[in-house]
Amino acid sequence: MQILEVKGVNKRFGGLQALNDVNLSVSEGAIHAIIGPNGAGKSTLLNCFIGRLNPDSGSVTFNGNSLLGMKPHEINQVGVSRVFQTPEIFVDLTVLENVMIPALAHRDGAFKLNPFRRMRQETDMRDKAIDVLEDIGLEDKLDMTASSMSRGDKRRLEMAMGLVQDPKLLLLDEPTAGMSRADTNNTIDVLKHIGDSRGITMVIIEHDMHVVFSLADKISVLAQGTVIVEDVPGNIKGNPKVQEAYLGTAN
Amino acid sequence: MNNSKYSDAALLLFFIIMVVAGPFILAPFGGSYPDLLQKFAIFGIFAIGFNILFGLTGYLSFGHAVFLGVGSYGAVWMFKLLSYNVLPALVMAVVVAGFFSVVIGYISLRRSGIYFSILTLAFAQMMFNVAYSVATPITNGETGLQIYNDDPQWLQGADSPLTTNLFGLKMNEVFWRPEFFGFEAQFNVGYYFCAFFLVIAFYLALRITRSPFGMMLRAIKTNQNRLSFTGVSTRPYMLAAFVISGMYAGLAGGLWACMDPLAGAERMQWTASGEVVLMTILGGAGTMLGPVLGAGFIKYFEAIFSKINDQVLHSWFAFMPDGMENFMVAIVHPFVGKGWHLTLGLLFMMIVIFLPGGLIGGLTSLGRVLTGRGRKSKG
Amino acid sequence: MDAVLLQVLNGLDKGSAYALIALGLTLIFGTLGVVNFAHGALFMIGAFCAVTLNKIFEISAITIDPTKTDFLGKPLQVKTPYLEKWFGDFGLAVMDWSVPLAIIISIPIMMLFGYIMERGLIRHFYKRPHADQILVTFGLAIVLQEIIKAFYGANPIQTPAPSAFVGTLDIGVYLGFAQNAITYPYWRLVYFAFACLVIFAVFAFLRFTTFGMVVRAGMADRETVGLLGININKKFTIMFALAACVAGVAGVMYTPINSPNYHMGMDFLVLSFVVVVVGGMGSLPGAVLAGFLLGILESFASMNVVKQFFETIFIPSIDQIVIYLVAVIVLLVRPRGLLGHKGVMED
Repeated sequence: MQILEVKGVNKRFGGLQALNDVNLSVSEGAIHAIIGPNGAGKSTLLNCFIGRLNPDSGSVTFNGNSLLGMKPHEINQVGVSRVFQTPEIFVDLTVLENVMIPALAHRDGAFKLNPFRRMRQETDMRDKAIDVLEDIGLEDKLDMTASSMSRGDKRRLEMAMGLVQDPKLLLLDEPTAGMSRADTNNTIDVLKHIGDSRGITMVIIEHDMHVVFSLADKISVLAQGTVIVEDVPGNIKGNPKVQEAYLGTAN
Repeated sequence: MNNSKYSDAALLLFFIIMVVAGPFILAPFGGSYPDLLQKFAIFGIFAIGFNILFGLTGYLSFGHAVFLGVGSYGAVWMFKLLSYNVLPALVMAVVVAGFFSVVIGYISLRRSGIYFSILTLAFAQMMFNVAYSVATPITNGETGLQIYNDDPQWLQGADSPLTTNLFGLKMNEVFWRPEFFGFEAQFNVGYYFCAFFLVIAFYLALRITRSPFGMMLRAIKTNQNRLSFTGVSTRPYMLAAFVISGMYAGLAGGLWACMDPLAGAERMQWTASGEVVLMTILGGAGTMLGPVLGAGFIKYFEAIFSKINDQVLHSWFAFMPDGMENFMVAIVHPFVGKGWHLTLGLLFMMIVIFLPGGLIGGLTSLGRVLTGRGRKSKG
Repeated sequence: MDAVLLQVLNGLDKGSAYALIALGLTLIFGTLGVVNFAHGALFMIGAFCAVTLNKIFEISAITIDPTKTDFLGKPLQVKTPYLEKWFGDFGLAVMDWSVPLAIIISIPIMMLFGYIMERGLIRHFYKRPHADQILVTFGLAIVLQEIIKAFYGANPIQTPAPSAFVGTLDIGVYLGFAQNAITYPYWRLVYFAFACLVIFAVFAFLRFTTFGMVVRAGMADRETVGLLGININKKFTIMFALAACVAGVAGVMYTPINSPNYHMGMDFLVLSFVVVVVGGMGSLPGAVLAGFLLGILESFASMNVVKQFFETIFIPSIDQIVIYLVAVIVLLVRPRGLLGHKGVMED
C-alpha cells in the first residue's frame, strides 16, 4: 500500500524551476531515500510535505488525504513527523522535556488545557521518552539543558523528538550530515532497529551513499527538480542516467 | 525534577509564612499599615498573573492594566447593584476581565513579537479613552465610579455594614495593633482577605508552571515555530495563557475595589501597564517569587519616596555643614516626593541594562558566586 | 462638499505630525531593528527646544517707571527684553520668529541627542530581545518626560507662531466656495508644507545618496550588508541621529498648534505606533501614507454629523477611539498593514 503519493508537483522561485513535475510514491513500512546532487530540489520537496512551502501545482497525499494547505501542526497530527537538518530544539528546556513535548503533543492532540495537571503524573509519557532516549543513547543526559549539549547530541535529540511520536511517516533531512563515522554507523543501526521494530515508514534525504545503501529499500534520484529514476538500491548503482546526473553536474 | 515535589512544597510554605507574617516583617520598615499591605497583595496577584504570560511565553503585553481596570469597574457595579458583600464583586471582576481578555487576546494574538506588544498597547489606550469619555454612563468618566446613597443595592441587608465586608466582616477593620520592637504593626481584615487570594494565586501559578500546559508555554518562548512542527497548535495555548493572566489582573482589580470601593480610568492607562511589567522584570521574569518581590519592592518605595519632602531631606543631611546640606538636598530632591516617577524610570533602565534576570536572577548568580558552584533550578 | 474639504484640511496638520514621527520610527525599526519607545520623547524634546529658545529671548531687563503704579500702588516695573533693548525692532522681529529660529538650534541639539542615545544606550541592545529594547526605551521615555516636567512644570506652555502667520486663510474663496466656508490657519498650512518638505528630503536622501543606498540595502537584508564589509555601525548612529532630528523638528514646528506639555510625547507615541503598524512595519511610504490617512480620519470622526450617526448606533465619542478601531480592522483584514512586506520584525 502506498502511504505517501506525490503527483505532478511544480514549484517556481522567481525564474528558477525548483521542482518540475515530481512524482513519487512511498510504500508503507519502507525506508525510501531521496538522493541527488546539490540544488536538485530535495529540501524544497521535503518542505512541501510539511506545510512550509505550498507547491504551485500538483498533489501530495498521505493515506489518501491531501497534505496541501494544511497547517504544520495539522500535518504532524495526521502522523507525519520531521527531523530537521539543523537541530531545531527547545534550547532552554531539558533533554527530557524536549522529548516529552512531542510525546504529549502526540497523545493529547494539538491543544489540551490541563494547567493543573502535575508533570509528575505523566509517568507514561516520561517512560516513553526515556525509552526513546535510551535507544538513541542520551539516557544519561535527561536533566541537561539542551543548549549546553554538543552538536552531535543535539542532532540525536532532534531524532528522538521525531521518533517518540510513533509517526506513520518520518521525514529525515540528512540525519548523519557532519557526524563522525562511528556516530553515523550508530545512527544507521538505530534507524534500522526502529524501522523494523516499530514499522515506521521513513523518507530520508541523504548525501552519504554509505547511509543510503545500508538503509534504503527504495531510492529516488532527483536531478534539476525532477525524478529521473526510482528503483531498488541494487539497480541504482549501475544506472547510466544516475551516473550522468552526478558526473554531469560535477563537470 | 525528582525533588521538585519537596522544593515546591517548601517554596509554598515559605511564601505562606512570609505573607501571614507580613504586618510584622514590614513594621520595622514603617510599612505596616493596611493600605500598603493591601497594595502588596493586590499587585502581587497582578504581577504573578502577568508573569504567567510574559515570564512563561515571552509575549510582552503592554495593556494588562485594562483587565485590572475592568475588574474594578465590575466589582464596583456589584456593590452598587447588590450589596457591600465582596464575594459577588470578586466573581464579577474575574468574569468581566476574563471576557475582555478573550476578546483582546483573540485579536492581539493574531500577531507575535512587537506587533503583539503594539496591539495590546493600542487596546490599552483605546480602553482608557472608552472608560474616560466614551462609556461615561457605565464608568462615570473622569470622576470615577463610586457608590452613592441612591444606588439600588437590592441585597443590602438593613443591619449589614455600610462598607465593603465579607458577611459582616468589615474590610477596613484593624483587629490587632501590637507593638513590635518599638514599631506598630497593624493587622487588618482586608489585608488577610487579599493575602488569602495571593496565596491561592501563587499556588495556582506554581501548579500551572509545573504542568504540561506550562511546559508548552515555555516551549513557545524558546521556539514557537518548532512547536507547531511538533504538532502543537500554539495559538490556543497563547490565548489560554493570556486569558488566565487577564483573570488574575481582574481578580487584583476586584480586590482593589473591595478595599476601596472606587474605580477610575487612570487605573488602566498604559503607564499603569508599564508598571506591572517593571514589577515583573524587577523581581525576575519567569521565576516564581520574583513578581511578588518586585511588586512589593515598587509599592513600598512608591509609598516611602512619595512621602519624602524637603523637610525630611534636611533632617537627613543635618549632620553636614550648611552649604553641603543644601547641596545634597538639591541633588536628591528631584528623585523623591513628586519625582518618584523619575526614580521609577531610572530603575526601569538600570534593571534592564544591568540585571536582566531581575532581583531573583541577581541573587541566584550571587549565590552561585558565593558557594562556588552552579545551581540548576531557580526560585 | 466644503465641510468635507475642511475636515481633510483639519486632518493634515495632525497627520503631518503622525507621519513625521512614524517615519523616524520606521527608519529605526528598519535599519537598526530596534523598537524605540522613546521616540515620542524626542518629539517632545524638539518642542521644548522651541519653548526654551522662546524663554531665552524673553529674558528681560527690569526698569522702574516711577510715573505709573501697578494695581498694588507700587511703582510699575517695566520688563524690556534684552533683545529689544539692544537691537530694537530687529530684536523684536527675532523674538517674533522664535519658533522657526528654534529649528536651527534644534537640529544640532537633536543630532547630538540621537548620537549620545545610540552610542550610550541603544547600541548595546541590538542583540537583546525586542522585549528588552521596548522596556529600556520605555524607561528612558519616562526619565526624559520627568526631567522636562521638573524643569518646565506640568502645565502646557504657550509658544506663539510668528505674527505674520497668525490668522486664517480663506481657502474656500479660491476654490469657488462662499466666503468663510473653508478657512484655515496659516500656521497649519506652514506645518503641512514643512512636513512635506522634510518627508521629501528624507526620501531624496535615501534614494540619491550612497549612504541612503546602503541604508535601504540594510533595511532589505541586514546581514548581507554587514558581510560586505561596510561599517554599518557608524551608519546606524547617523541613521538614529537623523530619525531623532526628524522627530525633533516635527516637535518644534508643532508648538504653535498645540501648546507643549511634558506628556505630549507619550500621547503621540502610541498613535504613531498605530500608524506604523497600519502602514506596514518597515515600509517608509506606508508610514507616511497611514499618518496622513489616520490624521484625516480622526478629523472626520470629530464632525458632528459623524458623531451623531455613531451615537445612534450606540458608539458615542467615536473620535476618541476611531484610530484604534481602524487599526484593529486593518490588522485583521491585512495583517501586514497597508504597504508592509512579509517577515519584517516577525520573530
